[in-house]
Amino acid sequence: MDDTRVAAFADAAADGVDFDGIEAQVEGDSYTLSTADGTTAEGAVADLADVDAAVERYVTNWYFWHATAPQAEPRWAFLRWLEGADELSVPERYDRLDDGVTTTWGELAITAELSADGERVYDLRHESDTGVDPADLDRSDDPVAARDLAKHDDRDRYRPLKTAPTLRSGWVFPALDAGELVEAVHSFYPATVQNWHRERTGELDVTHWHETTQRQTGIYGVVKTWDRGEGYEHVNWVAEACCDDSQCLKRREWEYDEETDLDVDGGDGEFPCREPCSVVITAARQWTKMESEQSRTYEFELTPSEKEQVEEIVDAVAEGRVDDIREADIYDGANRYRARFLRAKLFDDDGDLDGVPTESEE
Amino acid sequence: MKPALVIAAHGSHLNAESSTPTFTHADTIRATGAFSEVRESFWKEEPAFREGLRTVDADEVYLVPLFVSEGYFTEQVIPREFRLDGWDPELWDSDGTSATHATLTATDTDQTVHYCGPVGTHDSMSDVIVQRAKSVTGDADVGEDFGLAVVGHGTERNENSAKAIEYHADRIREMGRFDEVQALFMDEDPEVDDVTDFFEVEDIVVVPLFIADGYHTQEDIPEDMGLCEDYRDGYDVPTAVDGHDIWYAGAVGTEPLMADVVLERAADAGADVSGAIDQVRDRTRGVDPATGD
Repeated sequence: MDDTRVAAFADAAADGVDFDGIEAQVEGDSYTLSTADGTTAEGAVADLADVDAAVERYVTNWYFWHATAPQAEPRWAFLRWLEGADELSVPERYDRLDDGVTTTWGELAITAELSADGERVYDLRHESDTGVDPADLDRSDDPVAARDLAKHDDRDRYRPLKTAPTLRSGWVFPALDAGELVEAVHSFYPATVQNWHRERTGELDVTHWHETTQRQTGIYGVVKTWDRGEGYEHVNWVAEACCDDSQCLKRREWEYDEETDLDVDGGDGEFPCREPCSVVITAARQWTKMESEQSRTYEFELTPSEKEQVEEIVDAVAEGRVDDIREADIYDGANRYRARFLRAKLFDDDGDLDGVPTESEE
Repeated sequence: MKPALVIAAHGSHLNAESSTPTFTHADTIRATGAFSEVRESFWKEEPAFREGLRTVDADEVYLVPLFVSEGYFTEQVIPREFRLDGWDPELWDSDGTSATHATLTATDTDQTVHYCGPVGTHDSMSDVIVQRAKSVTGDADVGEDFGLAVVGHGTERNENSAKAIEYHADRIREMGRFDEVQALFMDEDPEVDDVTDFFEVEDIVVVPLFIADGYHTQEDIPEDMGLCEDYRDGYDVPTAVDGHDIWYAGAVGTEPLMADVVLERAADAGADVSGAIDQVRDRTRGVDPATGD
């Protein structure tokens, strides 16, 4: 065990150490210690470096958590959660860490591994790349690179919502230290560690739909008018549209208001969503304007297959399935040729379905 | 623990580059080590304003809005979303361009927050505009025989929007560096469309006082000034228009020296960052000497 770790541990033990299964005390030039698995030792502080390997694990573990890991509580708790520190003893943990312990966080796979001196080294990659040889992935060593990776999806489209399940794959940070790992996680999924920690400690501040919409001003002030004491069915629709696991990996914790839960499931994400986000509010503004219109009756002539085709097109767009429809799969109603045929047959020169104008002529 | 810096910026749901200057300036400041942490926070991106403060551990935070003018965002949205208890625009005691800072407590984190005026109205922003003129012309001595147009969005809804533009145009005019200086706008008179009408000199540097390049600075303004028919065709710097050469600079907020203005804002609010300011100026000020030869 190196001198830095021994000296730091001895310093702390002057006030008494009781952490993760090791208790130690230094008085004058002598130390005494005991571990959770029943080992005891005592002797001169100068000989502390020579404790046996079983005890050394406890000491290096103490050092990692007090001198290396970020001392900010949410980050510290997150790193401990990654290696199961609340459930497993130090020997159990070290045995697992020797082989690497992998945990997923959204679409991230984080593997914590022990280094020779009892420190941790973290491998961070897309979960779909778990088990891939790092040599076959694009290697990064600077956590700042995570910012650029998070910006665009595999098709180079901008990702305005960081927790959308569209994180690109094919990259790896093979050897981050503890501080770098949490910085990279923050770049991929900002504030998720902090809100997850707040939830675990019973301090997550949830702001529900009603309260969030009432706070809006400027061009977003209009969403207040969508709360007209007519129930919350519209908020169910918003949540079903935006907050489904297929669209966002956060677990929705906000409801209509404190007393009124939504009927739509909040998802299975590891990290909580504590209030409607800016994407939801921006969409809600558009829906507020659209929902203020009165419905009217239109008359169209469609064959049963054409009606089904319209339904298939809406469904394909909503599920993001459009690009998966094969070029010549004319059996799929949302196939491009099928859609073009429908347009050619039923739209007039003004783009009106069945020649029926959108606005009535009176 | 040293205090932290949080930069509050607009961001975008549609444009990936909108947040780039914010990250770049934050990186520059981070490298100085003047703050325990430097974080970006956005209205339209993540971390959201509502969650920006909880991502830093310090008990004391300098909060600097990367916005051009005092107005709706700096007076209403940012204080509300960051939950700055007791905020009132009167605390800034500003005439529209003179806000410095106010110290408040954030209700969700109990952090002490030094809420600073926007970067756009800080005096040192004038230097960044001049620096932008140097960068785009590649001439550290630019000024003589040159006109400078400082361009703002302008809006009927907020008179402070135009004040910030006029403030810097006046300051730079008083420097006597450029032959002529004009404040021009997109949405109010005098309009940037007619830029050549406002200058006698042949060469005109046009610097939009915008934080990020986007729709207005990359599409609207170049087309309105007649640099191109369609922005997708691109344009030269300079481009000849009506007998003048227009040196179009794009958004001033992308100029590296902007990091200095963020630091100056924090310094005015009491942050101990003088060493960092010197470092950032050294790194970001001045045209590459090679271009002067």
